[in-house]
Amino acid sequence: MWSIERPSIFNTASPQAEKIGAIGNGFLIAATAMFLLVVILTIYICRRFRAKPTDAEPQQTRGNRKLEITMVGVPLLMVTFFFFWSVKTMSMVLPPHPDGRTPDIIITGHQYWWQVYYPANKIEAANEIHLPVGRTLLVKLKSADVIHDWWVPALGAKMDMIPGLNNYLWITITRPGIYLGSCSEYCGEQHAWMRIRVIAEQPPQYQRWLASQAAIDKVPRDTLVAQGISLFMHASCSSCHSIRGTTASGTVGPDLTHFAGRQTMLTGMLKVSKKNVYQWLSDPQKIKPGARMPKFNFAPDSLRALTAYIMTLK
Amino acid sequence: MSGIDHIHVPEPDTPLPGLSVNNDQGLIQWLSSVDHKQIGIMYLWLSVLFILIGGIEILLVRLQLAVPNNHFLKPEAFDQLFTMHGTTMIFFVLTPAIFGFATYFVPLMIGANDMAFPRLNAFSFWCTMFGGFLLYFSFLAGGAPDTGWFNYAPLNQYNYSSSKGVDYYCSGLLLAGIGTVTASVNFIVTILRRRIAGMELRKLPLFVWMILINSFLVLAAFPSLNAALAMLLLDRQMHAHFFGPAAGGSALLWQHLFWLFGHPEVYILILPVFGIFSEVFPVFSRKPIFGYGIVVGSGIAIALLAFGVWIHHMFATGLGNTVNNFFAASSLLIGVPTGVKIFNWLATMHGGKIRFSVAMMFAVAFLVEFTIGGLSGISFAIVPIDWQLTDTYYVVAHLHYVFIGGSLFGLISGTFYWFPKMSGRMLDEKSGKWFFWLFVIGFNLTFLVQHALGAMGMPRRVYTYPDLPGWGTLNLISSLGGLLMGISVCLFVYLLFTSRKSGKIAGDDPWDANTLEWTTASPPHLKNFKHVIPVKSARPFRDFKRPDDADWKREGEKDE
Repeated sequence: MWSIERPSIFNTASPQAEKIGAIGNGFLIAATAMFLLVVILTIYICRRFRAKPTDAEPQQTRGNRKLEITMVGVPLLMVTFFFFWSVKTMSMVLPPHPDGRTPDIIITGHQYWWQVYYPANKIEAANEIHLPVGRTLLVKLKSADVIHDWWVPALGAKMDMIPGLNNYLWITITRPGIYLGSCSEYCGEQHAWMRIRVIAEQPPQYQRWLASQAAIDKVPRDTLVAQGISLFMHASCSSCHSIRGTTASGTVGPDLTHFAGRQTMLTGMLKVSKKNVYQWLSDPQKIKPGARMPKFNFAPDSLRALTAYIMTLK
Repeated sequence: MSGIDHIHVPEPDTPLPGLSVNNDQGLIQWLSSVDHKQIGIMYLWLSVLFILIGGIEILLVRLQLAVPNNHFLKPEAFDQLFTMHGTTMIFFVLTPAIFGFATYFVPLMIGANDMAFPRLNAFSFWCTMFGGFLLYFSFLAGGAPDTGWFNYAPLNQYNYSSSKGVDYYCSGLLLAGIGTVTASVNFIVTILRRRIAGMELRKLPLFVWMILINSFLVLAAFPSLNAALAMLLLDRQMHAHFFGPAAGGSALLWQHLFWLFGHPEVYILILPVFGIFSEVFPVFSRKPIFGYGIVVGSGIAIALLAFGVWIHHMFATGLGNTVNNFFAASSLLIGVPTGVKIFNWLATMHGGKIRFSVAMMFAVAFLVEFTIGGLSGISFAIVPIDWQLTDTYYVVAHLHYVFIGGSLFGLISGTFYWFPKMSGRMLDEKSGKWFFWLFVIGFNLTFLVQHALGAMGMPRRVYTYPDLPGWGTLNLISSLGGLLMGISVCLFVYLLFTSRKSGKIAGDDPWDANTLEWTTASPPHLKNFKHVIPVKSARPFRDFKRPDDADWKREGEKDE
């Protein structure tokens, strides 16, 4: 597997992020120069013109036309320069998308998880977002409830997901890796645990992943698992969650097909493990208060059966 | 000024009792007062009360964020605390402090005996105060608002925030907003109608100029907020659908209405402070302000441009490049008149004889801190940078460099400058210097590192965070800085309490200042002025003290 990239706007992995990084660096240089000018002037003036107790009043100068024009003119030139640079960068990072082009991926923000849909392959997934390297992808962003915001610093611009509107973003990932991000618009109690994990792969691996996702989960014959399946389908689980190839087809919560093949659960909060799934099922509100999953008061053997079934969904 | 003399005020015709309520008529005198000085002092104490409350709230928040994956606060509590912190600091600390100084000093600086409408003045104060109390009552009524101080739709709708908090947010801010608007009407009329003979607009002290500009800004900006709050109350209480997209409303409409108010609000909280600095720098450099015309003109420019920049809070909402470019241009442009003032003040100090009182130390520190806040502000006007950094800790750092490094530093500077006039006693300079260093160091520790946290991917308003490289350390530094700020603010409040009784006697004009308020007794008598010295320039008191070198005598001289 690939290493997790350190999230930073300077650790870029897409031309979009690089372009933004370039103007960011340019601004940083100009701003530092401006800042140093003010600091040096302040220190110099404070030392040079400190009053001694015996000093008389200094000369009463009230202005200097030339200096005043410079004070306005130089900053004006600087912001004009950055304005044109900004316009140029914007048209490269976020050009309008051509009408009729199907997005490569549709991501929908929910309180507090990401619904992921690949229109070309008609595959639905959740939270962990697999994307191919080297292709310019059109990402469509939507929201199912409140405003969320898509942000992966290494991949460039963030974009709000607004209920009732469709927003678009272009992403071209340049190297494989795991890129971390997060929801960046405060969306309620569990905004903190709405982490993003983009898994960028070379096209062959990506195709293999797509194929494995398209397949139906192979569930081993096992009495505990069978008990879990029956619980899942007849208790309330299936009215919120979908598992492809079964009768579970709820759309409120994340799609659980191939759940156990994911690295993390609860939108980046915990690693996928038997223990974590068991604890989550026994009291969701204790682990992630405010999440939409209610507590069901399952008996311990039911919990074990459900956990066993869910952990087979590779 | 006739008319004012005949209004019955329940105070005795003797010097005001400083900042204490222990005087001959006791608490009743304060409660019933329509005197601008007492109302001003009450505004200021209100702001001290709320800075302590808002400070405790944020210390709890910083404690929760000190280490990764912390369980000190539940997310529910955390969300209420950061929401109340922001709302409190903006509407019930900075606003009343600014209005307190303005209510106290505008009449004194223009040679008037009171505001144009003294009863309206009291009304404004009580509206503000009860607005604050109403907001805080939410804690007892099932939970404080938990949707952030800008309270985005549709999170602010009943389906997503079902406690009464947001309803109290609406009604509290509406009430306080009425106070703010009526106070601004009062300032405008007072400044335009109650100036002493001879004080033309171009001889107006710069603080008064900024309050005048600011009041127009309030009158134009607050209707947008008040409308939005009323619409939201209708949504929540009567199932209207202004902001709920599920029923055909618009989530973005709230943002437009809120920021159409919200961005001018930022200038509402900084322009008066620019006014305070434009008094402090000249007095403590013993020179006139450099470029009086530019300072006033840039203030007006800021006020006009302030209404054309609100979309820069919404660059990531997908409005498209054309719209974004327009607002990028206006936002970059507004940086120029803001930045130019820094150089005005530097040039004021240049060639002066600088006296480093605590008021001046805060003013000098402001130059550096506000430059940081101003420059990070410019980075948000550059849309691609905004796309990366908006809604991260970088924004949190930026706005605190503006609101603390700008507004609060100015208010503290103003407190050290004007406290002798209000109480008749000096705020202790030696302890004041301790406070200065603790506060400035604490402030920079807290917020400088947050720029880096934002660039490293930490979003704002998260109740906890994963243990990513560097995040824990930087957050811990930030929390320790916050603690230091908390300690220093306690020292400051202690100083305020003790100095008003036991501070050195100040005298009428302790700073050798330039404007009319210093010609009165300290504290001023109930009736501010029996006589006012002639006003022939923007520095009438200096003209009076140095008749041979009076400003008006060199009126004809060209400035280099």
